[in-house]
Amino acid sequence: MTKPAAIPDISFRGVSKRYGDVVAVDKVDLDLSKGSFVSLLGPSGCGKTTCLRMMAGFEQPSAGEVFIRGDNVTGVPAYRRPVNMVFQHYALFPHLNVADNVSYGLRQRSPRPPREGIAKAVDEALSMVRLSGYGARRIWELSGGQQQRVALARALINRPAVLLLDEPLAALDRKLRHDMQIELQNLQRNVGITFLLVTHDQEEALSMSDRVCIMKDGRLVQAGTPRELYDEPVNGYVADFVGKSNFFAGTAGQASDGLIKVALVDGMKTAGRASRSTAPPRQGDAVLVSVRPERIRLAAAERDLPNQIAFRAEAKVLNRIFLGEQTEYLVAHDRLGEFMVRSPRQGNQARAFEIGDRVAIGWPPDAALVLIKD
Amino acid sequence: MAASLPSSRSKVVTTLLVAPAGLFFLFLLILPLIVVIIYSFGARAEAGGYAPAFTFDNYANLPARGQAFINTLTLAPLGTLLTVLFAYPLAYFLAVKANERLRTLLLVLVIVPFWTSQLLRYYAWIMILGSKGIPSWLAWIGMTDVRIINTPWAVLIGAVYGFLPLMVLPIYVSLEKLDKRLLEASADLGADAPRTFWQVTLPLSLPGVATGSMLVFILLMGEYILPQLLGGGKVFFIGNALVDLFLQSRNWPFGAAVSTALVAIMFVTIAVYMRFVLSRGDTRRAALV
Ligand SMILES: Nc1ncnc2c1ncn2[C@@H]1O[C@H](COP(=O)(O)OP(=O)(O)OP(=O)(O)O)[C@@H](O)[C@H]1O
Ligand SMILES: [Mg+2]
Repeated sequence: MTKPAAIPDISFRGVSKRYGDVVAVDKVDLDLSKGSFVSLLGPSGCGKTTCLRMMAGFEQPSAGEVFIRGDNVTGVPAYRRPVNMVFQHYALFPHLNVADNVSYGLRQRSPRPPREGIAKAVDEALSMVRLSGYGARRIWELSGGQQQRVALARALINRPAVLLLDEPLAALDRKLRHDMQIELQNLQRNVGITFLLVTHDQEEALSMSDRVCIMKDGRLVQAGTPRELYDEPVNGYVADFVGKSNFFAGTAGQASDGLIKVALVDGMKTAGRASRSTAPPRQGDAVLVSVRPERIRLAAAERDLPNQIAFRAEAKVLNRIFLGEQTEYLVAHDRLGEFMVRSPRQGNQARAFEIGDRVAIGWPPDAALVLIKD
Repeated sequence: MAASLPSSRSKVVTTLLVAPAGLFFLFLLILPLIVVIIYSFGARAEAGGYAPAFTFDNYANLPARGQAFINTLTLAPLGTLLTVLFAYPLAYFLAVKANERLRTLLLVLVIVPFWTSQLLRYYAWIMILGSKGIPSWLAWIGMTDVRIINTPWAVLIGAVYGFLPLMVLPIYVSLEKLDKRLLEASADLGADAPRTFWQVTLPLSLPGVATGSMLVFILLMGEYILPQLLGGGKVFFIGNALVDLFLQSRNWPFGAAVSTALVAIMFVTIAVYMRFVLSRGDTRRAALV
């Protein structure tokens, strides 16, 4: 194995975790590069928390190895690992006030830092999360958002190699959640510590992170930048999980010039390209053609569609929603079913389509991704 | 629900609910206590009993029973402390370490002694601690002349044995409801298991320790049978002094003064306990966070 230029803050090498018959995490390889904001995204029960707990040291892998900054920490207990965690329900110590909660980590060090040093660090940590002057408060005198920020301060004061956050925003209401998302991002930029955020909210993951790791059934399906996941998903599962997409089932045919022919149901045909993130499907594979709603063109008649088109058909407008800059249409094709189209507002186009209109739809070949299911 | 009722009706309901206990306390606790306090200022009648008077002589005379006070006020706290020391590890094991089945089994075992009368169990201890019991085994391994029965040690052993369940249960409950994530948070912040125990587990289980100690302490303060049987009349408590004063020497006013003093000491203890628990109300309320 060649060493990467910069040592990742955390690496998983073939990490698995079994609970009896349940495989919670299945041969995961993962690198968190220094100073990045990474999200672990996946449906409930896919093993996100288990991954986090193996990083923190609360669980040990059944197989594989965990590295923190290049050191193999497999088997090392939580209290000797230089990572800190923000728990889902914060797990603040109810018998300690805010300042004593925040200083807890420093007070465990040996030699114990001097009293003034601790007080100063606590003040800094509290001001970092905009809670200056709250040190003497009791925990239950704080709002949910404030408790959240105390939990952040309590973890960050230790300058961990990685901050692990297990669905930290799940308990907050919409507005506060949005504010905390921005605050977390700012905080991460300011302190430069690697953040690993567990979430099952894909918008949250995509908007906040540099990298997103998508998990399914204990396996890491794909890791990449939000853009890579959106534009180059490895399979239909990722394409479906990240953003909205239309899927058409078919069978892969011959490939030429980077385009793969696909036979759809009822003898219909289209073509599309393979994702750059994975090997292309082979001839005869069952595939999904994925087309993002904003890549589908609508026109009044087929001849009005642009030239470069891989698929064209007639459809009927079922519904229309104005989204400001875009309009979202639900259209129905008699054999392919319903699908979603998003059109930018066109200043010079005289009219938008109305419900019930017959329209022509089409998309360019590079808009269609030919993906295996999962 | 009650709030939606007309207030006069809900008052009637409240009265009905509280009345039995209220009457019970009034006639069997408050009124007798007032009688006892009145007696404590009286004088002994010629043939024993009570003669009306108003004097502080009985209180001035309390040092005459000083040994009973000293015994009670040293052995009751000491017994409570020992019971805590025995009960805590057991409660900790039950709440934290034991698996589901073992826990149920042990909890039942903790409670089983209550199925037989305390008197019988103390008689059993007389056998165990008496010269044919443990001392004879000790003699067998060469430690002769060990006397346990009729010493303060016997009383302490009896106290720990008799009151262990009362101490274990509240501590168990406070440890049981302790949020295990707090222990993980502590480990995550760099504290090993012993430090986590001292800094998180123990402080958060103190309300249970306080409640158990309170129960055991109050019961020990008023104890009569235990010193009578295991102390053999040599290690006597205030309770034994009272029996003596009321039934043997029939000096009711002096007995009343000793009783009043005992009740006063208990009141102070309860007040201190309440303050302690209220000031730690934080841990209770925060357990809901
Ligand atoms: N201690 C355990 N004992 C047995 N099975 C467990 C244990 N912890 C987790 N599992 C199982 O492992 C799988 C992954 O659990 P995990 O908590 O990691 O999921 P998650 O992705 O965090 O889900 P969520 O989004 O609901 O929090 C689940 O099937 C779960 O039931
Ligand atoms: Mg989880």
